[in-house]
Amino acid sequence: MSGFFAMGGYAAYVWPAYAAALIALGGVTLMSLFARARVRRELRARGLDRRGAKS
Amino acid sequence: MAGMHALANPARFQRFSARALPWSAGLTAILLLVGLYMAFFVAPPDYQQKETVRIMFVHVPAAWWSMAGYAFLAGLGAALLVWKHPLAALMARAAAPVGAAFAATCLITGSFWGRPMWGTWWVWDARLTSMLVLFFLFLGHIALSRAFDSPERGDKAAAILALVGVINLPIIKFSVDWWNTLHQPASVMKLGGTTIHSSILIPLLVMAVAFFMLFVTLVLMRTETEIGRRRLEMAALAAE
Amino acid sequence: MTRFRHLVARDLLTAWRRPGDVLLVLAFFLLAASLFPLGVGPEPQILQRIGPGVLWVAALFAAMLSLDRLFAEDLVDGSLEHLVLAPLPLELAALAKCLAHWLTGGLPLTLMSPALGLLFGLDGSQIAVLAVSLLLGTPSLSLLGGLGAALTLGARRGGALMSLLVLPLAVPVLIFGVGAVEALAGGAGSSNALVLLAAFFLVALASTPWAIAAALRQAVE
Repeated sequence: MSGFFAMGGYAAYVWPAYAAALIALGGVTLMSLFARARVRRELRARGLDRRGAKS
Repeated sequence: MAGMHALANPARFQRFSARALPWSAGLTAILLLVGLYMAFFVAPPDYQQKETVRIMFVHVPAAWWSMAGYAFLAGLGAALLVWKHPLAALMARAAAPVGAAFAATCLITGSFWGRPMWGTWWVWDARLTSMLVLFFLFLGHIALSRAFDSPERGDKAAAILALVGVINLPIIKFSVDWWNTLHQPASVMKLGGTTIHSSILIPLLVMAVAFFMLFVTLVLMRTETEIGRRRLEMAALAAE
Repeated sequence: MTRFRHLVARDLLTAWRRPGDVLLVLAFFLLAASLFPLGVGPEPQILQRIGPGVLWVAALFAAMLSLDRLFAEDLVDGSLEHLVLAPLPLELAALAKCLAHWLTGGLPLTLMSPALGLLFGLDGSQIAVLAVSLLLGTPSLSLLGGLGAALTLGARRGGALMSLLVLPLAVPVLIFGVGAVEALAGGAGSSNALVLLAAFFLVALASTPWAIAAALRQAVE
């Protein structure tokens, strides 16, 4: 298992690259989720929430 | 009346999105898990790139979908300016930051690949430089669409910018290639010159589809958010 | 055509009444270029090597300077609405504004560039090619800059935003412009780069007026 994490001596490049990808793409995903939750909360607070309503 | 029209399409979109989003999000998660498993446990180390080839499985899909993402932005720009499609503006607003994140991922992972392979974090090679310019084009689009008090004005200005950008992008690419031959860079290893073995290609394609689904999921979700935000703004205007 | 000329003449007259604006662009060009020897050291070989690139980048930034006023004043005093409604097609009016911008920005920069070339120890042929490349390249900068100015009309933080929009689009101009001078040192002729520079200008000439006109219509709506 430690051999896997060593990445043939390239661990110092492979793992940070994946961490950077996780930060960039995970970051935009989290921000999108938070923004959606915030907007939904505000819509509900103003009685504009349409979910459940038949249209 | 104009406001009613603007909401007609978004309402239909939201019904579609509410149904599609769980599926696309689930598919993204499964494909990412399968793709990452294949990238780390199925794909063998490359005989030239050794284990660093594993960086390619995020680097290359990020590059592909950031480029396609800009083309998508331009298409949305045309949809807004030519057909006055009200949803296009909101979708462009949603897609631009996702495209920028993909471009940033491509640049950073490329840097971590370049350090052991080229011996340097960054080379002014044609593809890297073009990707950097593409990243700036995304930033310009994001900044412009959010720079006005009236969101509609920002939407249309950004749409024009995206169309001009997509015309200019091949020219930029050509100029950077031309500049590169002028400066005769140190021998740069080319990927794709040799045929890629299927043990590398299949994980790469799985990751590419996973990243595509991630792009779709994020754009759907963020478009929903933008619709909600626009409705809040309209409600605030009506209350005044 | 008279209307077109009229529009150019009006902007030139404004510039003539306020010579400080043009002088400011030239002063910025001189200052930006002369900071580089202070930054990288006075070795003649290094200065001659980086000179064309430095002067082109300085020209690029100097061309951004006067852009924020290109349409902003017309928007404030209401003459932009006139332009949109006038019988002269808005595309041509946009072209006239860009031409006036080039005559009061790009052209003076080009005329001044040989003097700055001397500061960097460029030789005669390098200076000549640099001036020609600026002559062919700065009109494209005025067109792209006109687009940036029209897009950011009424935006918050207009100036910095405009540079963020325009400079990436202007990358080919910079590359071909500097490439023309560097091709001299490489032994290759610079005609290739100059032709590409001219071709870029033609593409910009054919496409940006439409985009500028579209952006201006949005702005006055």
